[in-house]
Amino acid sequence: MPYRPLDMAERAKQRSAWVVLPNRLYDPKRGADEYESYIGQLVYAEELGFDVISVNEHHQTAYGMMPAPNLIASALIQRTKRVKIAILGRALPLVNNPVWIAEEFSMLDNLSRGRIIAGFVRGIGTEYHATGLNPAFSQERFQEAHDLIVAAWTRPGPFEFEGEHYNFRYVNLWPRPYQTPHPPIWIPSQGSSETIRWASHPARKYPFLITFSAQDLVVRYLEMYREEARKHGYEADGNQLGWAVPIYVADSDERARAEAARAIESLFNDYLNNPWEMLLPPGYMSLSSMQRTMKVRKSLGTQARRQTIDDLMTSGTAIIGSPKTVRERIKRVREATGFNRLVTMLQFGVLPDELTRRNMEMFAAEVMPHLRRG
Amino acid sequence: MQEASLTTRDVTVRLFRAGRGRMLIFLHGAAGLPGWIPFFEQLSTKYEVLAPEHPGFGTSANPPWIRNVADVAMYYLDVLDSLNAQKVHLVGNSLGGWIAAEAAVRNCTRLASLSLIAPAGVRVKGVPMGDNFIWSPQESAQNLFYDRSFSERMLEQAPSEKEAEIQLINRFAAARLGWEPRWFNPALERWLHRIEVPTLVLWGDNDKFLPRQYAEVWQKNVPQVTVDVIPQCGHLPHVEKAELTARKILAFVDRH
Repeated sequence: MPYRPLDMAERAKQRSAWVVLPNRLYDPKRGADEYESYIGQLVYAEELGFDVISVNEHHQTAYGMMPAPNLIASALIQRTKRVKIAILGRALPLVNNPVWIAEEFSMLDNLSRGRIIAGFVRGIGTEYHATGLNPAFSQERFQEAHDLIVAAWTRPGPFEFEGEHYNFRYVNLWPRPYQTPHPPIWIPSQGSSETIRWASHPARKYPFLITFSAQDLVVRYLEMYREEARKHGYEADGNQLGWAVPIYVADSDERARAEAARAIESLFNDYLNNPWEMLLPPGYMSLSSMQRTMKVRKSLGTQARRQTIDDLMTSGTAIIGSPKTVRERIKRVREATGFNRLVTMLQFGVLPDELTRRNMEMFAAEVMPHLRRG
Repeated sequence: MQEASLTTRDVTVRLFRAGRGRMLIFLHGAAGLPGWIPFFEQLSTKYEVLAPEHPGFGTSANPPWIRNVADVAMYYLDVLDSLNAQKVHLVGNSLGGWIAAEAAVRNCTRLASLSLIAPAGVRVKGVPMGDNFIWSPQESAQNLFYDRSFSERMLEQAPSEKEAEIQLINRFAAARLGWEPRWFNPALERWLHRIEVPTLVLWGDNDKFLPRQYAEVWQKNVPQVTVDVIPQCGHLPHVEKAELTARKILAFVDRH
């Protein structure tokens, strides 16, 4: 949910569109139009036959206008009937009382009569600059908050929770979740091995969604999940593997490329690009993960030059083209990994409402039916 | 100079050791233990200098139970006990100054004096610290020194793969100790009166990380304190004005 009216010349004067971008660049009247546009698109997705619509959480950034994604989810519940609503996700370590997250998800699950998918994330590195929270304890807090939330959903209350970071004399959820035992939990991640290992554990088997990655990394990280599952003694199901990727479909490759170019380049260069110091604060990942990530990450992080649409298409970080091209691209990764969950980012960067809707229609008509057939 | 290791309880840390005389222990800052710098050499002409690498930094052990500066301070009190140290001169820069002060407010019995070089640990509202965790390497080099030739030299020295790894380890250790609350302990200021030994506070006049105004908190709260501001100097006086800083510390510790 990027703030599209962003003054890119002003943006270019800052080190990032996150945390330090002066909020005088946000115009509330235009912002209100943005919310209306995005909520309209998400509601339209139900009409087009999508299974799930999703929102996510980011703080202090023009990249995303949803510091509180549950507010948007709540509005979507009122305007849809059938579609599942995924919050991908809430950033667990950033809060000091995860019971609030359990309560809010539970409320949404009741309000929607069981249409909620709960995404759990740690937030990206910049979130630790935005909140001041110590990234050294991010992984610990994530796991402990997860344990607390699942316990709150499933254990008869009141009970006492005794942790390292979280301690509560009374945990007693009113309301309890609508779904039994609780809303499905999905784990979107840029692929830290700690997260993959944790998500694939037999006690959890949470679907893992790899986000914003070049195709070779998508394949590598999904394979890593499969490997971890095998180490745990089971074979991962395709429903445990997901890919979140920007997609643009038009009648022809040329037209798709022409219509998507400015928007996809703005996404990676203007909205997402961050210096390492902001993207990977110390401790956010383990030392070895961070060293590996700094070596392999080309699509995120400090870039010597702007990435072009061709760079992004060649690396497979974005899928842009005719229905045939898009189908083939997805098929190729599906054959390599067996993933079953595709999170389509059909709006990205500065892509305007009209093109977004046309993209959604094309995808629903020309790509989705083929994917459903496997 | 002897590079050695020091084991206290089950934690082994790397250590520089040189010189003879009464013991002087130097506690390094967030960037980690520097090499055997001229500042150490000068101090070691009259004292037995010990410069340990803190747990979690560099190649020292990284015990999981060290989670904050108070843990490090307690660890160093254990170190002093295990050395059976008597009347030690404790010196610390930045994070190391903070650790030294946290140790001193808890127990001064083994200390003769405290020398704090631009110590972290307290906060002055309305006078923000620099954000070292958001600075690029270029900004860090520029903001840590007054004399640009030091900044340039720091940037010219491309680290080896091993050195880069050590730098990353040190960043991890520093974040764990100092990220939140950022480089201070809200409780420390109200216990500074417990520092019972003569204390020298040195500050670079042009410190862009911890502004010189921070010296006033130490001036106001530490009972036997001398504050000395070094002109044309940034956050690392023991590097940027090594000779002068060592001379000031020697003159101070000689008296105690």
